[in-house]
Amino acid sequence: MEISPLISIKNLYAGYENETILQDVNLEMFPADFIGLIGPNGGGKSTLLKVILGLIPPQRGDVRVLDMDVQRGRRFIGYVPQFVDSDRDFPISVWETVSLGLVSGWSPFRRFTKQEKTRIEESLDVVGISNLSRKPMGKLSGGQRQRVFIARALVSDPKLLLLDEPTASIDPNVSQDVYELLERLNSKMAILLITHDMMAVSSYTKTIACLNRKLIYHNGKELTPEMLDSTYGCPVDLIAHGLPHRVLPSHTEHTHG
Amino acid sequence: MDSFIAALQFDFMRNALLAGLLVSLAAGIVGVYVVLNRVATLSGGIAHAAYGGVGIAYFFGFDPLLGGMVFSLFAALGMKLVQRRTRQRADTLIGVMWAVGMAVGIIFVDRAPGYKVDLMSFLFGSILAVSPFEIAVIAVLDVIILLTVFALYRNLLSISYDETFATVRGVPVEAISLILTALIALTVVMMMRVVGLILVIALLTLPAAIANLFARDMRQMMILASGLGAFFTLTGLWLSYAYNLTSGAAIILVAAATYLLGLLWKRFIMNRPKIVSAQ
Repeated sequence: MEISPLISIKNLYAGYENETILQDVNLEMFPADFIGLIGPNGGGKSTLLKVILGLIPPQRGDVRVLDMDVQRGRRFIGYVPQFVDSDRDFPISVWETVSLGLVSGWSPFRRFTKQEKTRIEESLDVVGISNLSRKPMGKLSGGQRQRVFIARALVSDPKLLLLDEPTASIDPNVSQDVYELLERLNSKMAILLITHDMMAVSSYTKTIACLNRKLIYHNGKELTPEMLDSTYGCPVDLIAHGLPHRVLPSHTEHTHG
Repeated sequence: MDSFIAALQFDFMRNALLAGLLVSLAAGIVGVYVVLNRVATLSGGIAHAAYGGVGIAYFFGFDPLLGGMVFSLFAALGMKLVQRRTRQRADTLIGVMWAVGMAVGIIFVDRAPGYKVDLMSFLFGSILAVSPFEIAVIAVLDVIILLTVFALYRNLLSISYDETFATVRGVPVEAISLILTALIALTVVMMMRVVGLILVIALLTLPAAIANLFARDMRQMMILASGLGAFFTLTGLWLSYAYNLTSGAAIILVAAATYLLGLLWKRFIMNRPKIVSAQ
């Protein structure tokens, strides 16, 4: 039996009123995938994210999540947003933040059942912050906050994690911990990671996709010169940063059709 | 202080006190959403648009409180819908409604027959002239606000904390933020009667902002903000009685002084919250 894709994007064009940013994007994502999506600013990473989450409609093309339209399918996506520092003043505890992952639809007089409370504890445990449960969000470090958001996404038992620049504002050795956590989670769910961090995609993700209005995805780990060209126009810059793994292919065997 | 207690034998003082306390309750709860969702400007727009309703009510001989309520409810929901649908330009739109509401109010008052000096009370409040009917209206609104917030607490928390995440989880964000806007509109109009149009924003934001310095969750913040509002109203009324000051202005100055003390307290006594060291 063929495995059906979690996300299936066909001939997608999307963008804003006067500007089409995404052009003819095609992507299929399967249950065991761990895709690192890189690309320059303005290349459409956040546009693609918004389309997948049903926050903006496609201009053309078709996007399906678990073979449902996005509005219905998105509840199976665990969304981990970028943290905005101005949220620091919001009076909310770690536990309560994670519990919001269980609030969906109209929830009048919502109280959490015993099972739901257990799920919240479990999610906190999986990301390794059970001890912070009662802490106010405003007093956490960047890495801890990111874990809370991952726990909030996990609590609804998603089929797919979608992370937007999870390590944008945390220091490198802490982000390494976050990536190792993601690697573990990948045994249970697919992960789509949007990032600037080349180090992360080269060391932790299974495959790499490059988005600069058009999406280049070979279902492989190698960064082809074509990807680099389209993405940054300067592969030397990448190599100069000293990647721990060899991500450039030894010769250009890929001819992209 | 004794003379203040003695003053409570007058009906108008008792009414003022009761109105002040009832309004503080609503302002504390709704103010938390105003502060956390950063919609103070929207609230200002609603307050000024409400003046249009007051003017129209005068012209046609309706009760100005009810007139202001209906008008600002429509204005607020319209404003919020336009803001949500168009995204940018919300500021401009609020500014336009702000001005148009005032202008409509003034024109209708100009054309209204009879004695109109009383309208000034909507600008500066007239807590000492609150009628038992108005107190009843405010009490009913308090009950509506309490019930709504109690029923939709999780939804309201969800959209206030992270609207995008709430949308992805299938929370009806637009409907709930319209309900929230309606609550803000109703609160603003009834506060206008007590502290006046000009001071509405301050009483909506100051108690909640002070509470935000100390509360650990939204529920605590609401209780604290309502309590502070009640304290400011009482103290302000007493000061205005003792020193013959305008009551609305006295209430606000007490609130502002407390906010300053709160900031200093947080800064120098409790210290800045230390970041828990990274693991």
